[in-house]
Parts: sequence; C-alpha cells; structure tokens
Amino acid sequence: MKGFNYLRNVATLKMDTDKCIGCGRCLEVCPHQVFALNGGKAAFIDFDSCMECGACVNNCPTAALHVDAGVGCAAGLITEWLRDHGLLGASGKCC
Amino acid sequence: MPRISTALTWADRLGSWKVRWGMGRLRYIVPPGLYAIGKPGPDSPVLVTANYKMTYDHVRSVLGGRDCWLLIMETYGINVWCAAGKGTFGTEELIRRINVSGLAAVVDHRRLILPILGAVGVAAHKVTEQTGFNIRYAAIRARDIPGYLDNGSMTTAAMREITFTTRERVVLIPVELAAALLPTAIVTAVMFLVLAALQDSSTGLTAVYGYLGAVLAGTAVVPLFLPWLPGRSFAFKGVLTGVVWTIVFFVTAGGSGWSPLITGAAFLTFPAISAFYALNFTGCTPFTSRSGVRKEMRIALPLMACALLAAICVALTGKIL
Repeated sequence: MKGFNYLRNVATLKMDTDKCIGCGRCLEVCPHQVFALNGGKAAFIDFDSCMECGACVNNCPTAALHVDAGVGCAAGLITEWLRDHGLLGASGKCC
Repeated sequence: MPRISTALTWADRLGSWKVRWGMGRLRYIVPPGLYAIGKPGPDSPVLVTANYKMTYDHVRSVLGGRDCWLLIMETYGINVWCAAGKGTFGTEELIRRINVSGLAAVVDHRRLILPILGAVGVAAHKVTEQTGFNIRYAAIRARDIPGYLDNGSMTTAAMREITFTTRERVVLIPVELAAALLPTAIVTAVMFLVLAALQDSSTGLTAVYGYLGAVLAGTAVVPLFLPWLPGRSFAFKGVLTGVVWTIVFFVTAGGSGWSPLITGAAFLTFPAISAFYALNFTGCTPFTSRSGVRKEMRIALPLMACALLAAICVALTGKIL
C-alpha cells in the first residue's frame, strides 16, 4: 500500500506453483496487489505487502495458496494467548 | 420485497456518529434479506453487502437514481471486511441468503456483485458450484460501484487500491478512545489514590495528567501521524510520541523541580503506555499482518512490562532516598 509499510519477511504466505492454473483470482481479490501473472502462473511481486487476510487462499480453485490468517489485532492476539493458556474463558468477545 | 431509500437522513448520520464513538456499535443492524433500490427488474444487477447499518447506509447512499437489488447478508452487525475475516460474510451465509431470498426466481441473470474485501470470507468458485451464481469482485469502496456499473463492469486499478488517508485514520480515533476509557479511569483512580497517600494530592493529579497525555500519544497522535512517524513497528512509533509527550509533560508540569529518579520513572512509564496503545492500533489498519503484529508483541510487550517495573523501582527508590 502506498506510503505504508509494515514489518518485512514475516508473512506466512506460501504458494504451490505446480497447482497454479493461472486463473488470476488471487490478483482479483488481493487488497494489496501482492500477485501478478507471469508466464501463465501467479507470482509474488510484493510479498511484504501481504497482510495475511486469506482472500487469495479462499478463492484459489486449486488450493495452491496457504496463509496463516486469523485475528490480527494486538488485543485479539492477547485474548487468544490468554485463552490458550487457560487464563480466560471461551466467551467474551471483542467484535 | 421491501424497497429502500438511497437518501440518508440526519438520524442515519447521527447513528453513524454514535457508532464511531463506540456507542451501540454491536447493535447497529438491519435485517438481512433481499431489498429493492429504485424499480429493479429481472435484469437488474445484484449487489451484496453486510448488515452493519453503517455499511448498509454507505452502500445505498451511492445508488441514487439506480435500479438494482441489494442482498444483505447476516453478519451480526459487523462490516464487510471484519465479517469476512470472521467467516460470517462467507461462503455458507451467501449460499444460504441466496436460497432463503429466492434470488434465482427474482433475477434472470446469474451474476452477483461483491465488494473485493468480501473475498476474505467468500470462496467464489464454491458459491457458483452450489447456486449457479457467478461472483464478480467489483471494487474496494462502495463509492466506486456507480463507476463500475457504468463502465461495463470493469474493475480499474484505482478501484482496487486500498487507501489509509488522514481522514480515514482520524475517524478511527474516537472508538479507540472509547475503548480506553474504562481502563484509563481505573488506572488513573488507583494512581491518584496511591500517590496522594504516599505524597500529596497534587503529585497524584500531576501523575494522572502525565498518564492521560501518554494514552493520547498512543491512541490519537500515532494514528494521526502514522505515515510520517519513523520505523515500521507501531510500538516504536508509540515510544517516539510517548517520549515527545514526556518532554512536554516535564516542561508543563514543573519537571525542573523533580529529582532525576522521578524524571527517570516518567520517561520509562509514559512511552511504555503510549507504545501499548499504539500497538493496539494495528487492529484498525488495512495493512498490518497477523504475523507482524505477533512479532511486534513478542518483543514489545515484555519490554513495556520491564519499563513499567523499572519505573516503579526507580520511583520507590526516589521515595525512600
């Protein structure tokens, strides 16, 4: 995204190029233009802009993509950590 | 089929203002279902959106003078992008909504227009498989829908671009302030009582003033100046604004009369508070990643805890000596 950069080399985005059929859906749904079509296959052109939203994974018809998507706000991650360590009940929501 | 207006009233705008301040934000809902805008027929386009009333208001307000169908999903009053992330603006709900509304009997075509950000929750090929409807992800912003409809349903690069303008950042500040209200009230009350008991009420008030400024440095100043604050880490940006605040606090609260230990405690505490609130703003942005926030938190949270602990030790040492 123009003018805004987050941490580098942290995104968990992975692609199995063998499964890619070049349909271009990932280009269509990515909010940060991480992908481009290169010789009939999708390729990363801006990996560090990936915010791990999961839109590409969801819309890939051949399941060629993988990302560790989920709650990404600090408050949500703290809540998740507390729940995983049994310090907070299952209820209680942020949003 | 209910026909809805595309004109927003002052009541609608007041409603939006209230939820921007966090008031009734989880109860601002419209019933899901199929709605008519203008005089749509079997050939009219079908737009899909969430049942958060602010979203619904925003979408319908750009469709003035048009004939189209609006299919509203049950997202429990959450906006498109967040609901998509949670799965409620999702494949199953869309399939269900198409079936329950009888959409296939209302329109002759088999095309649905979705917001791009809905793709996080909707698997287009699966919806097509189950319902026969094809999905086009049109644009990021509702205000680009008319352009999309008029240009032959082409998503331009501009329609695909996410922005985070100053205005878009500033409207997020009130809800962050509202969320910080209760914890801040509790902390400042305790802070005041402890310091008033250990020293005097004037010290208590001064400390509260410093704390409030630190909260604002994180919740308001960082969002406002986000693209211009150095560093990629939000916690780091919060430290910067926190240090600047502490300097302002020092100057305006008569810091020259304090012992170096008390000054040290202030410079440890307030940047840590500011950094915490700045880190929390990651949840409001359209570009931070979960892995990035996790990495930041692993480093920043222990550092903040240490800073606060050190501040308490330093202040106590100052008191004892």
